[in-house]
Amino acid sequence: MPATLAATADGSAAPLAFAGSLDAAATARLWPEAMRRMQGVRALTLDLAGLTGLDTAGAVLLLRLERMAGETAWRGLPTGPLQAVLDRTRQALAAPAPAEAPRLPPLALLGQTTVRRGQDMLGQVAFLGEAVVAGMGTLRRPWRLRLGEVLRHLDEAGLRAFGLTLLLGVLIGVILAFQSSIPMRRFGAEIFIPNLVGISLLRELGPLMAAVILAGRTGSAFAAELGTMVVNEEIDALRIMGIDPVAWLVLPRLLAAILVMPVLALLMDLAGLVGMAGVMASLGFPPVSVVNQLRRAIGLHDLLGGLFKAAVFGLSIGLVGCRAGLSAGRGPRAVGDAATMAVVGGIVSIVMLDGVFSILFFRLGW
Amino acid sequence: MAEAVLRVEDLAARFDGRTIFEHVSFEVRRGEVFVILGGSGSGKSTLLKHIIGLYPPAEGRVEILGEAMEGLSGEARNALLRRIGVMWQSGALFGSLTLAENVEVPLERHTDLPPEARALVARAKLGLVGLADAAGRLPAEISGGMAKRAGIARAMALDPPILFLDEPSAGLDPITSAGLDALIKQLARDLGTTFVVVTHELQSILAIGDRCIMLDKAARGMIAEGDPRRLREESDNPVVRAFFRREVLD
Repeated sequence: MPATLAATADGSAAPLAFAGSLDAAATARLWPEAMRRMQGVRALTLDLAGLTGLDTAGAVLLLRLERMAGETAWRGLPTGPLQAVLDRTRQALAAPAPAEAPRLPPLALLGQTTVRRGQDMLGQVAFLGEAVVAGMGTLRRPWRLRLGEVLRHLDEAGLRAFGLTLLLGVLIGVILAFQSSIPMRRFGAEIFIPNLVGISLLRELGPLMAAVILAGRTGSAFAAELGTMVVNEEIDALRIMGIDPVAWLVLPRLLAAILVMPVLALLMDLAGLVGMAGVMASLGFPPVSVVNQLRRAIGLHDLLGGLFKAAVFGLSIGLVGCRAGLSAGRGPRAVGDAATMAVVGGIVSIVMLDGVFSILFFRLGW
Repeated sequence: MAEAVLRVEDLAARFDGRTIFEHVSFEVRRGEVFVILGGSGSGKSTLLKHIIGLYPPAEGRVEILGEAMEGLSGEARNALLRRIGVMWQSGALFGSLTLAENVEVPLERHTDLPPEARALVARAKLGLVGLADAAGRLPAEISGGMAKRAGIARAMALDPPILFLDEPSAGLDPITSAGLDALIKQLARDLGTTFVVVTHELQSILAIGDRCIMLDKAARGMIAEGDPRRLREESDNPVVRAFFRREVLD
C-alpha cells in the first residue's frame, strides 16, 4: 500500500500519522507536504502505527521531522526490520559531517591564485632545468638515449600529422590570399599578394599554426600518457628503481618535439604557398610571376628564423605537456585535467614566445 | 524456508568457443549471505556478470526476484536492475564526483526525492559504512578499503533487497576486512538484505557465508555447494579440501 500522511485529530500538538509503505517514491511524494505542515511547529507527535514498510529515504524523512521539531513524541514505533532501518539511519546520521574548508575572501583568493601561478611558472623553469640536466647526462652517455622511443614519438607527432598540416596549410594560404586580395585590388597591387602571404607564412603563421597543431595533438597526448602512468604508479616504480623519469620518459618526447616542429612548419609553409599560388592563378597570375615575387620578397633568413622559432616552440610544447602529465593528480579526472593543461599551457607558451621572438628579431634587424 | 530471490538454472558461459563454466545451478534465499567462491580464473566474476545481465548466457537462465533476466528489455529490465545493487571489485566510483555525490547518483536518476533528502540519504548510507566524515572527498583521495566501502554505500543507495559484492575484502587489511564482514552480516540480519558475495578470501567465506558454491577452473563448473563450514570439514573433493585447508594440490 502506498504511504499516506494525515494530521490526526486526537488533541496532541501537531500530530502527523504515516501509514502504508514509506519508501523512496512515497517519501519523494510526501516530503513537500510534511515540510509544509512543520512550519512553526515546536512540538510534534509522529504516529507510525499504520506503517507497513520503511526504507532509508523514509527514515530520513522521519528523522528530519524529528530534528525540525523541538520536541517529538513517537507513537506506534515499528519493530523488526523497520525499527532496524530507523535505528541504523539515526546512528548513521549522528556521525559527524565533514568539516567544510573555510571560504577565502576575494582578495585572499586572488593572492592565492597569483602565488599558485607564480609557483607553477617556477616549476616550469625547474622542470626545464631537470630536462637540461638529463640531456647533459645523455650527451655524456648517448647510448642511454631510448632511440626507439624517439622514433615512435617522431612517427606519432610528425608523420601522422602530415595530412592535417598539409590540409590546414593549403587552407590558410587560400584564406590569406583571398582576404588580402580584396584591399589590394583597390590599389591594383594584387601582384604583391605573394610578398604578403610569403612573409606572413614563413616568419609567423607557418611555425605558429604548426605549433598549435602539435600542442593539440601531441602535447595533450604526452600529458595523457604520462598522467595515466602517474595514476598507475608507473612513475613511482621508475623512481624506486633509481631511474630518472625525466631522462627515461621526457627526453625522448622533447627530442621528438624539437625535431618534428621545423618539419611541420616547413610543410605548413609550402602548403600555404601552394594554396596562395592557386588563388593567384584564379586571379590570372601565372606561377612564374608568383615565384618571382616570392624570390624578391623573402630570403633564407626568413625561412631559417621561422624554423628556429618552430624548434623552440616544439621544446616549449613538449615541456608543458610532459610536466602537465607528470604533475597530474590521481584518478581519471586528473588525466583529463593534465591534457587540458597541456593544450592551454602549450598554446599560451608559444604565443608568449612568439612575442619575445618578434621583439628580438626586430631589435636584431632580421 | 525463505523464498528464493535468485535462481540460476543450468547456466553456461562461453567466449570464442572456450567454455568458462557450464551446468551451474543454484538458488539464493531471502536474507541469506551466499558466497560464490573458487580459485583465480575459475569464473567467479564472470558468473556474477552473467547473473546481473552484463553478459548474455550461452545456455541456461537467471531469475532475479521472480523475473527472468534474458526475457527483459528496456524499462522492465531497468526496473529490475533498480532493485539490485552491485559493488564492483575496485569500487568503480565516478572519479569526478565526491563520495556523497557518487551515492546520490542512483537517487537522483531513479527517485523524485528533493535534493535535501538525497543529501541526507547519501549521508546516512556513508555513515552506515563508516565514511560520514569523508563524504566530500573524491575517490582519488581515499584508500582502497574506503573506496570499497563507498562502493557498498552506493550499491545500497536505493535499499535494494539483493546486493552483489565482487571481492569485497580483496586487498584489505584484516581489521577493515573483518569490519566489512560484520557490516554484511548485520545488514543481512537486521534488514533482511540478501547478499551474493564473490570472493576467495577464506576468512571472509567462513565468517559471513550461510551457503556457498565453489567453482573450479579445471572442472569448468561447480564442484561443491553447501555450508562453507561443513564443506571445510566434510568434503571429499580434493580441490575443495585443498582450498579450505590451504594445501598444495598434487
